[in-house]
Amino acid sequence: MAADRTTPVFRPGEGRMRPATLIALLLAAAVMLAPLIWTVLLSLKSNQALVGNSGAALEFPYTLENYWAILSGDQVFRWLLNSLIVSIGTTVGVLALCSLAGYGFARLEFPFRRTLFVFVLLGLAIPEQAVILPQHQLFAALHLHNSYPGLILPGLAGPFGVFFMTQYFRAIPRDLDEAAMLDGASRLRIFWSVLLPLTLPAQATLGVFTFLASWNSYWWPLISATRSDMYTLTVGLAAAQMNYAQTSGLGFLMAQAVFASVPIFIVYVLFQKHIVQSMAGTATR
Amino acid sequence: MRRGDRLASFGFVAPFLAIYLFILIYPLLAGIGLSMKRVDLFGGGSFVALDNYARLAADPVFHAAILQTLLLAAMIVPILTVVSLMLALALNRPTRDAAVFRGIFFSSSVLSVTIVTLIWRFVLAPDAGLLGEVAQGLGTSPLPFLSDPTLALWALAITTIWWSIGLPMMLFLAGLQQIPGDIYEAAALDRASRWTIFWRITLPSLRRTVVLVVMLQTAAQLQLFGQSQLLTAGGPNGATRTMVLFMFETAFWRWELGYAAAAAEILFMLIVALTLAQYWFTMRTSEAGNGR
Repeated sequence: MAADRTTPVFRPGEGRMRPATLIALLLAAAVMLAPLIWTVLLSLKSNQALVGNSGAALEFPYTLENYWAILSGDQVFRWLLNSLIVSIGTTVGVLALCSLAGYGFARLEFPFRRTLFVFVLLGLAIPEQAVILPQHQLFAALHLHNSYPGLILPGLAGPFGVFFMTQYFRAIPRDLDEAAMLDGASRLRIFWSVLLPLTLPAQATLGVFTFLASWNSYWWPLISATRSDMYTLTVGLAAAQMNYAQTSGLGFLMAQAVFASVPIFIVYVLFQKHIVQSMAGTATR
Repeated sequence: MRRGDRLASFGFVAPFLAIYLFILIYPLLAGIGLSMKRVDLFGGGSFVALDNYARLAADPVFHAAILQTLLLAAMIVPILTVVSLMLALALNRPTRDAAVFRGIFFSSSVLSVTIVTLIWRFVLAPDAGLLGEVAQGLGTSPLPFLSDPTLALWALAITTIWWSIGLPMMLFLAGLQQIPGDIYEAAALDRASRWTIFWRITLPSLRRTVVLVVMLQTAAQLQLFGQSQLLTAGGPNGATRTMVLFMFETAFWRWELGYAAAAAEILFMLIVALTLAQYWFTMRTSEAGNGR
C-alpha cells in the first residue's frame, strides 16, 4: 500500500515495545497457545498411552495413527463434506441475495423503498433465540430437516449483508451507472457488468464472514440435522465429544478436533486481510 | 417512471424480502403465538394465554438460569473489555511482532464452539487435563473446575474469554486507528504523562468503541449456549444452566415447545432491555459531558 496521508498514525505505544509490555504479551500469548499445543500433542499420542495418564502427551513417542484412522474412512469426512456444502451454499446465497437487494435499495426506485429498508434493518435486532423454535416447527412442517436446504435457508435470512452491501453500493459514484443508463443499458446489465465488479472487496469481506459464521454455527444444525449422515462438523464433533468415553480414545478425539480446524485456519490465513478490514469498518460506522 | 420499470426494480429486492419475511419475520411472530400455547410432541396445541409465563415466573429452575446467565455475562463482559483494550493498546504498532501477536490473539475466534469446548475440557479436567498436569508439576492438587458450582461458572467464563478475545481486540485496534495524531502531538508538547494521555485522550476517544464492545458482548453472552451444554452439561446440579440451555432442554428433551418459546421471549426482552439501557446510559452521560 502506498504511504499517503491515510497511513495510520501508530500511537499510543509508537515504535518499540517496552520490556514489561513484551513480557506481559508473551505470557498472554502462552495462555492463548498452550491449549492449542496441548490439543495437538494429545492428538499425536496413541489412545492406549493416554488412558489414565494424559501427562504422557509431553513425552515421546508420538504417532500419526489417529490421523491414519481418520483418513481410513471415518464419518468425519462425511461431516466435512456436509460443512463444506452448507457453508459454501450459504455464502453464495447470501452474496447473491444481498448484492441484488443492496443494489435495489441503494440505486433503484420502487414504492415503499425507504420503509422496506427500515423494515429490513429492524431485523438486525432479532436474536437467533427469538426465532429458532418456530423455525424448527416451520421446517418440520415443510419436511426440510436433515436436508441441505434446511441447513442453508436460515443463514440466508439475516439482514446484515443487505445493510452492508447497500452501504457499499451507495458509496460508488453515481456518474458511473448514470452514464451507462444514458447509453440505454438495462438495470441488470448495469448491475452485472458495471457495478458488481466494483464491489468485489465487499463481496470478499461479506463472503469470508458468512463462511466463518456458517462453518461454526452450532444451534441450528444441532436441532435440524438429527441423522448422523447429515451432521455438520460442529455437530458431529459435539456428538463424538459426548460419547467419547464409550467409543473412541482421547487421542483420536483430539485428532478429529485438529482435523476439523484445519480448513477454517486455512480460510483465516488466506483472508486475514479482509477480516481485519471489515472489523475496522464495523467499528468506525 | 413506468409501472413495469418499478416492478423490475422491485425485482432486485424481492428475493431477499421473500426469504426475510418467511424465515425471520414469520417465525418471530409465530414465536409469540407459540409461547401462548401448550404444545406437545404430536403438534397441535391448545391456547393457554399467559399460562406459560405464569409458570416461568414460579419456576425455580428458570430463575436459576436467569441468575446464572446474568452472572456469566457480568463475569465475562468486563474482563473481556478490559483485557482486549489492553491488548489493543499494546499491539497498535506497525511492527512485525505486533502483527504476529495480533494473529495469535485472534486465532481462537475462528474455531467453533465444539472445538473450543473440546480443547478446554482437556485443559480443565482435573484428572486428564493440562491444568492437572501443571498442578502436579507444582506439587499441588488441581482445582475441581468442572465439579464445583462456582468454579464451573468460572470455567465457562474463562473458556468464553479465551474464545472471544479476538473480536473486541480488533474493534479497539480499529478505534485506535481513528484517533487523529495531532491530539497526541499537542499532548506531547504539554509533556503529559502516558497515564494522563490514556485517561484524557485515548479512553475518551474510544468511547464509541467501548460502548459497541460492551453492547455486542452483553447481547452475545446472554445467549451463551454451546459452552454450557458441552463443557458442563449445565451442571454440576444445574449450576451452569443458562437461559438458552434451559430453552434447549425444555424444547428438545421434554418437548414442551410452548413453554420453551415463552422462555425465549423473556430472553429476547431481556436482551432488548439491557441493550436499550446501555444505549440510554451512554446517551445521557455523553450529554452531561457535553453540557459541562
